[in-house]
Amino acid sequence: MTFGLVFEQLLNGLQFGVTLFLMAAGLTLVLGIMNFVNLAHGSLYMVGAYLALAAANWTGSYLAGVALGLAGTLLVGMLIEVIALRTLYARDHLDQVLATFGLILFFNELVAILWGRAALFASPPSWLSHHIDLFTGSRYPAYRAAIIVVGFFVAALLWYVVTRTRLGMLIRAGASNRTMVAALGVNIRLLYTLVFGFGAALAGLAGLMAGPIYNVQPGMGELVLIQVFVVVVIGGIGSVRGALVGAIIVGIVDTLGRAFLKPLMATVISAPAAESAGPALASMLIYLLMAAVLAFRPQGLFPARGG
Amino acid sequence: MAARKILPWLGAAIILALLPPFLLAIGQPFYLDLARRILILAIAAVSLNLILGYGGLVSFGHAAYLGIGAYAVGILGFYGVGNGWLHILAAVVASALVAAAIGAVSIRTSGIYFIMITLAFTQMLYYLGISVAEFGGDDGMRLKTRSLFPLVDLNDPVAFYYVALALVILSIFVTHRIVHSRFGMVLRAAKSNESRSRAIGFSPYPYRLAAFVISGAMCGLSGALYANHTNYITPNLMSWQQSGDLMFMVILGGMATASGPVLGAFALLLVEDLLSGWTQHWQVILGPLLILSVIFFRRGLAGIFYKADA
Amino acid sequence: MLEVRALTKNFGALRATDGVTLEIAEGETHAIIGPNGAGKTTLIGQLAGDIRPDAGTIRFAGEDVTALPTPRRARRGLARSFQITSIYRDFTTLQNVALAVQARSGHSFRFWRRAHADDSLISPSQKILEEVGLEKRMHVVAANLSHGEQRQLEVAMALATRPRLLLLDEPMAGMGTEESQRMIAFLATLKRKQTIILVEHDMDAVFRLADRISVLVYGRVIATDVPEKIKLNEEVRKAYLGEES
Repeated sequence: MTFGLVFEQLLNGLQFGVTLFLMAAGLTLVLGIMNFVNLAHGSLYMVGAYLALAAANWTGSYLAGVALGLAGTLLVGMLIEVIALRTLYARDHLDQVLATFGLILFFNELVAILWGRAALFASPPSWLSHHIDLFTGSRYPAYRAAIIVVGFFVAALLWYVVTRTRLGMLIRAGASNRTMVAALGVNIRLLYTLVFGFGAALAGLAGLMAGPIYNVQPGMGELVLIQVFVVVVIGGIGSVRGALVGAIIVGIVDTLGRAFLKPLMATVISAPAAESAGPALASMLIYLLMAAVLAFRPQGLFPARGG
Repeated sequence: MAARKILPWLGAAIILALLPPFLLAIGQPFYLDLARRILILAIAAVSLNLILGYGGLVSFGHAAYLGIGAYAVGILGFYGVGNGWLHILAAVVASALVAAAIGAVSIRTSGIYFIMITLAFTQMLYYLGISVAEFGGDDGMRLKTRSLFPLVDLNDPVAFYYVALALVILSIFVTHRIVHSRFGMVLRAAKSNESRSRAIGFSPYPYRLAAFVISGAMCGLSGALYANHTNYITPNLMSWQQSGDLMFMVILGGMATASGPVLGAFALLLVEDLLSGWTQHWQVILGPLLILSVIFFRRGLAGIFYKADA
Repeated sequence: MLEVRALTKNFGALRATDGVTLEIAEGETHAIIGPNGAGKTTLIGQLAGDIRPDAGTIRFAGEDVTALPTPRRARRGLARSFQITSIYRDFTTLQNVALAVQARSGHSFRFWRRAHADDSLISPSQKILEEVGLEKRMHVVAANLSHGEQRQLEVAMALATRPRLLLLDEPMAGMGTEESQRMIAFLATLKRKQTIILVEHDMDAVFRLADRISVLVYGRVIATDVPEKIKLNEEVRKAYLGEES
């Protein structure tokens, strides 16, 4: 277990964390401002991955694929919001959970009909397929490094929008007191559609960037989504800052755990025991982390909701 | 109970009791299998109805206890223990303990947090199930032996059916008593108006936790039966899809009603069976159907037959 | 009975409760009045336990309850009725009161006996409903009661917990004249038996029922005195009565 190896896994954790953040940012805003539980957020992630892949194959250009994938996901997101989800804002969370659950089933199957159930192969563009040299002496995939960069760029962009623009002010106000914002005469419907579309685009971005690394297949969204829930719970609903902190923590803990828990355990207990217990415990780590955070702060680290 | 109220129950019990001989007579043993599966999952739905329908706790991770109950049976069998009573005991106790642990942490939260947290914890158990290779991991494990009971042989499909039916009736009856007891009243009051409940001196937390544990234990029983039914256990029993299915059974049937969960189980599983016979892509139809049912059909099937319990 | 010292609550930059100090004697009926926005609801919330004060203490029957959550204060005898009706709408009137009776009857970890057949709950509930005048509406689902009847039910539920202190938050809110008169008459019968803190806008009720009045303006108590003196108090007239009359 060299320092180089640890550092590499740290970067992987950061990259995973960034993916989680992109999903968590949209989700936490929708949860905080619209008080709407959207299980289909993972479906938007999946849609982004599939659309980008299809568009890239069709046009032959990676960047065109990215652009079309993003635009497509934004469109799908807003369509869902207008057609299916508007009626649910007034309903209780149970109804929202059930309805968006139905959406997940629908999208997973739709994607299977269009592109089949088997995992599709997506590759990074040629100009990102090389490796870069780290100061530790090892080499790191340029594509993953690019994801980290893009992720932090988006985080910075979000920070700017949320803290420095009028829209951002409305978002922050809405996250802590929805009714007040409506009472101030803001066009709530438009705000909701914008926030939802924005969140959808972020999820789509996460999906299309993740495509070449993880599998592009029906149901890919839900695997990530539950981890995104953990991030949002740890970070606090409605807080983008919480989403970033939570995502980085979860990403790093999960990645490092999977990489190093088994060998670490093997130093204290027998090798065969570590062989089975290691991966088991590693997969449970982030949930145990969530439980620990909840024990001390049931509202998460940076809850946006006021009294 | 007034005679009028008991009549539909009696009628339903008789119909269900006569189902096996009827199905065998017309040569459709597959439907006996399906009916048994529905009854077993109905027990899980009844258990969920206690905390979701009556208690208002949107627990999106209830399938965890199906899995725990099932694995209790499987793991005991794996190590050579076939005694049915031990299987049941292990299933119920294990589920109760896990429910206590998860509930203790989750019930302190509410609303959106609670939904996400219960889902997350169940996912954790799902991953645990996958990663323990000894018990089949991803692929699951075959049951070495069905639970052995002195008087009844679970290998006999008809006998097993009647066991399931009896347990459904028992679980409905037990839930009914709980819901109308002092304990049940606190639970329902906390759902109806939590701040009022606190203002008169009820702390909802211990009651909700207790209900959560009871519900988990009952669902564990269902899981133990399910393992015996399928003879095969996979972590998919604990998937979020399974949790969603259970919730839909409760909603479609009618929340906070005695018959709702059973009606819902029949409705959902029969529709799924029907649709999957038409096309392998049946979920693309089921999805929108479920969405429409949430938007338009909120009161559930039981609401058609009679008014829900107050 | 109740001692409030230097109670303070801020919401961001807004000081909703500003160093409030009160002493309520046992058996006293104490009214709290003040213009809208004075912070009455916030004060009640802190007394009841829903809102945590930033500073100050609350002592109830000699015990420091400042850190106690609402249910535990209620079990010690601090009952409250809500300004915006907060009853169990899907339960019957009788069940509403029975729940309050049940709350004071020890723990409720009884899983088998039917609550609605339990006479130790039903009898006291019926008695209370008779006192309040709702016995004819016992089996009506609470959502179907008239507004005035629901307000009566609010008070009945507070009484059913056999409180030592009654916190009544605008019991007459939204009531017509006749209903208000009946409520005032009923509250008058309680005067001798209960310690009451009454938050009200209805000045008729306040002056008929209160032994002492505290006037709350911008989170501060500007005067505490017997009703006749309050009527004559210059500051009070300026801040409040001038608008009201």
